[in-house]
Amino acid sequence: MRSIDFLMRQRLVVGLVCLGILIASYAAVVVTDYDVVKGFQSIPKAVKWSSENFYPDEKSLKRLPKIIAKMQETLVTAVTATTCAAFVGFLVAILGANATRPHWVFSIVSRAIASLFRNVDVSAWSLILLFSFGQSMFTGYLALFFVTFGFMVRMLMETIDLSSADTIEALRATGASPSAVITQSVIPTCMPQFVSWTLFMIETNIRSATLVGILTGTGIGNLFDIYYKSLNYHAASLVIVVIVIAVLLIESVSNAIRRVVLQ
Amino acid sequence: MPVLHVENVRKSYGGSSFALDGVSFSIEKGEFVAIIGPSGAGKSTLLRCINRLIAVTSGTVSVDGTDVTKVSNSGLRILRRTVGMIFQHYNLVNRLTVIENVLHGRLGYKSSLSGTFGLFSHAEKIRAYELLQAVGLSEQIYQRCGQLSGGQKQRVGIARALIQDPTLMLCDEPIASLDPNAAKIVMDNLRDINQRLGITVVANLHQVHAAREYAHRIIGVNAGKVVFDGPPSLLTLEIIQQIYGSEAQDLMLADGELHA
Repeated sequence: MRSIDFLMRQRLVVGLVCLGILIASYAAVVVTDYDVVKGFQSIPKAVKWSSENFYPDEKSLKRLPKIIAKMQETLVTAVTATTCAAFVGFLVAILGANATRPHWVFSIVSRAIASLFRNVDVSAWSLILLFSFGQSMFTGYLALFFVTFGFMVRMLMETIDLSSADTIEALRATGASPSAVITQSVIPTCMPQFVSWTLFMIETNIRSATLVGILTGTGIGNLFDIYYKSLNYHAASLVIVVIVIAVLLIESVSNAIRRVVLQ
Repeated sequence: MPVLHVENVRKSYGGSSFALDGVSFSIEKGEFVAIIGPSGAGKSTLLRCINRLIAVTSGTVSVDGTDVTKVSNSGLRILRRTVGMIFQHYNLVNRLTVIENVLHGRLGYKSSLSGTFGLFSHAEKIRAYELLQAVGLSEQIYQRCGQLSGGQKQRVGIARALIQDPTLMLCDEPIASLDPNAAKIVMDNLRDINQRLGITVVANLHQVHAAREYAHRIIGVNAGKVVFDGPPSLLTLEIIQQIYGSEAQDLMLADGELHA
């Protein structure tokens, strides 16, 4: 019975994978000297400490205007970096996509650029750029820009090839010029995906911007870092609350935009 | 002078086999020609070699006396605008409105700049409206193409091709994705274009009975070669078997065809 053998083999594979994961976890515990029992035991202690110290009190509320100002700064940086990178990414994706490239060399170059920018993490970019641009908003802006740019090029190249190949063919057949093919077919066809990916990256980048801020000494991340390191846990927790509210707000706005654009 | 002359055309996609293997034929002005053959016989490739959406490996294709295989890029744009094309999957920009899609047919006549910005004249818009009226879509002109049915989409495709003022119309499986009713409307439209406007029609068809009913001439293709070229009356059961390489009993043909 081949079919039964086949099912057994599948189950065997799943079992082996699970076993492998268990062994890897155990090896990691041994190598890092991690005490599993102590780890779990410390959870109640952490909860207790947080509930006693890590909450916004009345005094910290006085810092709210300053926190909100920094939050705005971070939001604006994240949104600007994302939208600029998305726009430039779209242009590079058009040059690189199989369906629209002027020459196959452009594809290889676009793909290489996209991989380079995307596969270096945003925190790594921040640290690298810190050398050249110092502790400034611009460093964070560039770090976010690079990662978003790499991501958008990759995603949009796929989108163009998947969704506009048909209409590109049709417009070429009418004798349309290459630039007309792009504005009349590629851009309208890819616009919903473009908007959707841009919104997704804005959401992602607002979260990343906080981390980038800690590294580059700017924005809300830096403020958190200062409060935390000066043991002002109440203010630090207020920063976290503001970040959470901002992220939720942005997500609901972007969902609303998505609903309108993607219908 | 024939509208379309194809001489010893071969096309290989790399490797040793040929998608088209020495295809030759001539089509005179005003003919309605159906190309039939099994899937993978090279019908789509053949059609795309005519307007150089696909470049031939060897041989010549001339449209109205212009050699398609040698023409420059700007010459190719001028040639393509006189060759309309419709597709199995309609190839419309679904997010744009019906009239915008029809106006795309004028892009071949535009400078790069006005084409890029989609600037169309008043006369062109009137013409687009009249064509949509002619194919029975005057109610839908401001609807997005994505909201139309398959048959309606194909009629938008026809209007987009007609606004090019073509001398030749290429149809790649125009009814393969349509229900019988919509298919009849589309084929009637094509017949009308052919008879009333004198536009030469070359259509790839899957349906032997549609080819018989609408075409003046049928070209049968198998494995990249022309195996039949003649009027529908000469298309016997044996020849259908030859084209499709199987027993006629295994083919889904209309009743009349088995006993023809």
